Amino acid sequence: MAPGRALEKLFELDPGASGGSGTYSVTIFNAEPRVNYDRIMLSPVLSGEKSYEEIVIHGDGWYIRNGVTLYKGVRVTAIDRVAKTVTGTGGITVPYDDLIVATGSVPFILPVPGANLPGVVTYRDLDDVHAMMVAAKAGGRAVVIGGGLLGLEAAAGLQAQGMTVTVLHLMPHLMERQLDPAAGYLLQRELERRGIAVRCQANTQAIEGEGRVSGVRLDDGTLIPADLVVMAVGIRPNAGLAREAGLAVNRGIVVGPDMRSSDPSIFALGECAEAEGQVFGLVAPLYEMANVVAARLSGDETAVFKPAVTATKLKVTGIDLYSAGDFAEAKDREEIVLRDPTAGLYRRLVLRDNRVIGAVMYGDTSDGAWFFDLIRRGTDISGMRQTLIFGQGYQGGQALDPLATVAALPDDAEICGCNGVCKGTIIQKIDELGLTTLDGVRAHTKASASCGSCTGLVENLLRLRLGEGYNPAAVQPMCGCTDLGHDELRRLIRAKRLKSIPAVMQELGWKTSCGCAKCRPALNYYLVCDWPGEYADDQQSRFINERVHANIQKDGTFSVVPRMWGGLTSAKELRAIADVVDKFAIPTVKVTGGQRIDMLGVRKEDLPAVWADLNAAGMISGAAYAKGLRTVKTCVGSDWCRFGTQDSTGLGVRLEKFMWGSWTPAKLKMAVSGCPRNCAEATCKDIGVICVDSGYEIHFAGAAGLDIKGTEILGHAGTEDEAVEIIAALTQLYREQGHYLERIYKWAKRVGIPAIKAAIIEDPARRRALFERFVLSQRYAQVDPWAERVNGREAHEFAAMAELRLPQAAE
Amino acid sequence: MNRIAETWLDIGAEADIPLRGARVVRAPIGDIAVFKAADGTLFALRDRCPHKGGPLSQGIVHGHAVTCPLHNWVISLETGEAQGADHGCTPKIPLRVENGRVLLDAAAIARLGAPQSDASAA
Repeated sequence: MAPGRALEKLFELDPGASGGSGTYSVTIFNAEPRVNYDRIMLSPVLSGEKSYEEIVIHGDGWYIRNGVTLYKGVRVTAIDRVAKTVTGTGGITVPYDDLIVATGSVPFILPVPGANLPGVVTYRDLDDVHAMMVAAKAGGRAVVIGGGLLGLEAAAGLQAQGMTVTVLHLMPHLMERQLDPAAGYLLQRELERRGIAVRCQANTQAIEGEGRVSGVRLDDGTLIPADLVVMAVGIRPNAGLAREAGLAVNRGIVVGPDMRSSDPSIFALGECAEAEGQVFGLVAPLYEMANVVAARLSGDETAVFKPAVTATKLKVTGIDLYSAGDFAEAKDREEIVLRDPTAGLYRRLVLRDNRVIGAVMYGDTSDGAWFFDLIRRGTDISGMRQTLIFGQGYQGGQALDPLATVAALPDDAEICGCNGVCKGTIIQKIDELGLTTLDGVRAHTKASASCGSCTGLVENLLRLRLGEGYNPAAVQPMCGCTDLGHDELRRLIRAKRLKSIPAVMQELGWKTSCGCAKCRPALNYYLVCDWPGEYADDQQSRFINERVHANIQKDGTFSVVPRMWGGLTSAKELRAIADVVDKFAIPTVKVTGGQRIDMLGVRKEDLPAVWADLNAAGMISGAAYAKGLRTVKTCVGSDWCRFGTQDSTGLGVRLEKFMWGSWTPAKLKMAVSGCPRNCAEATCKDIGVICVDSGYEIHFAGAAGLDIKGTEILGHAGTEDEAVEIIAALTQLYREQGHYLERIYKWAKRVGIPAIKAAIIEDPARRRALFERFVLSQRYAQVDPWAERVNGREAHEFAAMAELRLPQAAE
Repeated sequence: MNRIAETWLDIGAEADIPLRGARVVRAPIGDIAVFKAADGTLFALRDRCPHKGGPLSQGIVHGHAVTCPLHNWVISLETGEAQGADHGCTPKIPLRVENGRVLLDAAAIARLGAPQSDASAA
């Protein structure tokens, strides 16, 4: 992470530095077999709130664009400082002018018997997270040794994955490096309320098990049974390589304020570095180091790294905890404490010489940024001592609204601790670039893009600059039954593993007994999408068209549209349709805009019989009613057309046969044109393909309905297989991120075309993962609903309950 | 008129109506929708939305209300009144449950008369 940040900053400071012909030719050796990802977001991955793809910082495309050579899964084995080369596993040797050592840290393993048994894992990288997730699949009991930041996040994650979790902590209270005993107690109480057992002053004596871990033995003799043990007792700088190379190493690699090690051509950066006798584990100082390295590399000889106070937040959903600075008790210190045990609220400020030097908050952490700012500035607080503890809003007599609170912050007040972004920078970017959304600010400043705990502050800054113009979609409640927006709701469904509509309503505090006609279909879609094969589709939460698989008309009759793959039909199909029309006296038959045939005016009770006849001729539901895949329009392509470059009809048929049955946030219409003359009108579809001599141009986000909009180009595929993979991955991304009823062009506008390209085109691994999730989902989705109902499913839908013959009242 | 005043018509078993769903009863005066709310309470309304005559029986049932499938009007199952900003009312038909059988008030149905047809050809 830190070296990634350093390179990003370097390329920003010196635009000529990147690319093949730039000032620098950059090679990265990564011992992990993957790209640069956001390690501080591993906990949300473990708890299921995020996927690996969502925490990637630099996708493969970034390395290509910047001409950076990345060796994945290659560990450096030696540095030759005389020859100025590094050698990696497999014998790759690369010369250097400047070398950055960023080997990070290694987890500390307790030297107790059994520490190397299978089933004992550490918590450091993605492989550890995967190991834990695999272990958690079997359920059972987990013991986390270590009640610090990482240990508690691991515990909460494992519990979210369905394990029974016990936390063992050597010290008298949890997170003793960040919290005082009172806040530690509140935290422990909250964790216990959530069902996580906590034992403090627990000294592990041995890990027991025959061939595999079965329990943890404490020094008082207690045995705690365990199927999985996570060691999260601390980290130490990984400085072995540097030591072997003869660099000065103390606890970490010793660096000066210029971040250079004892060898001036070698920088050390990140958790492996030791500056002013300190080593660092939180992200803010590591990123600050990265900035200094980048500045130095770009020729700025004045940049220096100075360790500053840091702030910590625990990333466990629903627990608000914040600490900053130094809060140990000592003779020359005073403290101000606010406690509300019932509300679970606690605040403590540590003062020295009328200045705040430490702050701990539990329950309500909204004033964290303000206290942190007071600490960093060493502000004299004697004038506001009486009201200080209540926070910034209460200075000057009466409560300020949250907007006034951010308005009052100075320009250099730090808003995002993870990425070191201050208020002035955010305001400047909002004004300069006309940013109007949280995602925009994240993209351009990185504020709120890491742990997300400053999101509220960033939103208030947007409100401050835009006034009424800021209308965050994220906080627009989905409907009157909840205060949650679609994004938050989708996140919580995954994080809390909610797998039924009643579970969602219960867990997320629905305000109505069983929802409404807006939220129920949305929830049903989200659950269908997120839990393929597990969630049982709730027919009563489907709009009538999707419940009876036909389109309701103004007179209460229905229209029926069978699939015609890629717009192709046959004499047999046409004959069957003609027979059905005659047999059921269907009043209107029409050719649709999607290249198929619509039979209008079918009585509801006739639907199963109509479908039976169509099924018998080999036709299935065309899903002309579905928030799902509708049609794939095609032209005749290279089979017949003198201009056709590829088999557009064949590709259309293949896409439709692969993708039918899939549910999407809103309807999904596609087209494939065999040449740029574009007879299939692919450039106004949700997803379109234009065949060209060299392959397939993939388009998306077009519209030709309420709005008219040409498509955007997503990318180019050389082969049909690649085109299919890109399209399925794009569809899956839309399925996972789209708000219910949000067409693909609106989704693209909301999340940004570059973000979609980054996921689908620039990151083959992520594309593949999306594709595979789509394939998995299709396994459960490709069931013809007509055939099911012909066979008697939901029979009550199609028959009247009773026929009444009333004696007519005499006139 | 008196002859049918006390008559309750058996239209079927309570269990035949899906929870949060509806069934249609065909009657000479037009369709009647019989709803079962999430809490199990049953209601009967004329199966015509006061807005454009949409079949309420085909709508999504939530709480003691149904949303019409044609234009999303929300109709109270308790009163037949349109909710929110919309105005209009659908006649309600008294309903009883006895020994698991659903009974409708014949007199109330008779009083409805034929629907004010917008002359859609059948």
